[in-house]
Amino acid sequence: MTALLEVKGLRKRFGGLVATDNVTLDVQAGEVHALIGPNGAGKSTLINQLMGLLRQDAGEIVLAGDRIDQLPEPERVRRGLGRTFQITQLLPEFTALENVALAVQAREGHSFRFLRAAAHEERLNAPALQRLKEVGLAAKAQVKVASLSQGERKQLELAIALAGEPRLLLLDEPMAGLGPAESGEMVETLRKLKGSVGILLVEHDMDAVFALADRISVLVYGKIIASGDPAAIRDDEAVRTAYLGEGDA
Amino acid sequence: MTDAVSLPAPAMRKGAAVGWLAVAVLLAVFPTIADALGQPALVPLVGRILIYGMAAATLNLVLGYGGLVSFGHAAYFGLGGYVAGVMALSARNGDLAFGLFPGTDQLLVALAVAAVMGAVLAAVIGSLSLRTSGVQFIMITLAFAQMVYFLFLSLKAYGGDDGLPMRRRLGIGALDMRDDRVLYFVALTGAVIVFLVIWRITVSRFGRVLSGLRQNEARMQAIGIAPRRYRLVAFILAGAGASMAGVLMANQLRFVSPDMLHWTKSGELMIMVILGGVGTLAGPFLGAAALVGLETVLGAFTERWQLLLGPILLAVVLYTHGGIAGLVTKLVKGRAP
Repeated sequence: MTALLEVKGLRKRFGGLVATDNVTLDVQAGEVHALIGPNGAGKSTLINQLMGLLRQDAGEIVLAGDRIDQLPEPERVRRGLGRTFQITQLLPEFTALENVALAVQAREGHSFRFLRAAAHEERLNAPALQRLKEVGLAAKAQVKVASLSQGERKQLELAIALAGEPRLLLLDEPMAGLGPAESGEMVETLRKLKGSVGILLVEHDMDAVFALADRISVLVYGKIIASGDPAAIRDDEAVRTAYLGEGDA
Repeated sequence: MTDAVSLPAPAMRKGAAVGWLAVAVLLAVFPTIADALGQPALVPLVGRILIYGMAAATLNLVLGYGGLVSFGHAAYFGLGGYVAGVMALSARNGDLAFGLFPGTDQLLVALAVAAVMGAVLAAVIGSLSLRTSGVQFIMITLAFAQMVYFLFLSLKAYGGDDGLPMRRRLGIGALDMRDDRVLYFVALTGAVIVFLVIWRITVSRFGRVLSGLRQNEARMQAIGIAPRRYRLVAFILAGAGASMAGVLMANQLRFVSPDMLHWTKSGELMIMVILGGVGTLAGPFLGAAALVGLETVLGAFTERWQLLLGPILLAVVLYTHGGIAGLVTKLVKGRAP
């Protein structure tokens, strides 16, 4: 069986800095594959290449058997990629519901409609509200993004990504900036999602990573130094020196 | 958690709807009021404001809602003016307007032709300028508009820099276009249609995409929206609308000249939008009223009236946070608890 996502020999160089150094990894359907590594390891650079915001220097990105590495971002999204941002990227003048409804609309692909009020469209609002419920944000549906807390914005990021009905979800530090209680809720939400969508999880919160991941890869200076199930990674000597020993212990 | 989540409020609140209706009625009876006050000259003045408001409202669609600072909107406005002037001329001479199509003495025909030509011009300018953003975008739209300006400046057959007078106004059926009131109601009808269409666009699916692209382009791309085609369509709609406003303006003044295409006209339209309230429905019309009104009032005292306009513009931008429309909203909301 082919993997949902296959990354083969991906390379990206910024001047003298090798940000992505021959990265090969895969995500199976329904699997949570966590990508960990110290700051500056190239995790965000990798996500940006997967989404098409950065063009790789070499290598292939294959989604469900099709190469997508030459496509622009919106086309990759249409083919089943979805993401959340580490630093939330939302529409501040819109309510939470409107933010999600717009993602539902983009998924439907019918945005050249000029005269009917989008706010009254049940086929946008109902699925959007459903997504907000899934992330536990339904009570704030009518609140403008500008008035949401950091934790709520993170939840909203996830709801927007889910509204796109992705096959593969790239989560860029979904726990960053959350308090302990909020982190716990986010882990619960993601645990419920597990199995229904492939997830590449970039995260610093090791409790969350070990709670959710089926597999873990460790990225250091653009290179994957270890990859395996959580128990193997926990015991890996190279990982302990490079990463786990440093801050989180 | 309960499932009880209230869904969105109606797109226009009842109070606002009543307010708009009152404004529409007031505008409809305005000629009668002006006559009663012995000020019939105000009727064409307000007509001019309505037409400028239409042009500014189309600019506001791209500038205010779309966040695209187009500095060449006079190109479409002036093009529409020339469509009116040239088609009227060709109807009289029996030749082809722009060497392409027969002339007309019918306003509605000229409006349709102007809409198409404005859309085509906007498609050309937009498809090239929308590859850039920020200052480059401003400069490229300005450069294209200047090209159109110099093109008409050099067309001696259409008056060159002297402009092109219209011997008779374009008409609609049996309506008497020499009557200021008739002209006024034509302008009012146009303004109401533009207002309603832009209102619907801004609350539609397309309007949400356009607004979303202004608020956060990275977010929109991440949900699968390719920005350029939506912006281009907004650009084309605005170009077509401004061109139609240009027809009405030339028809009212019975004259069109390269002045209507000049970059200072683009600047005036932009001032109207900013003065009135960027990204608001009423703003461009309020801004047009303010600018044309100030020009008339201050212009009566001094030729250097723009010297006084400067400080007024500064005060509005610095202190109202949202132009005249923002000020009005604040006053109305301040009254209610």
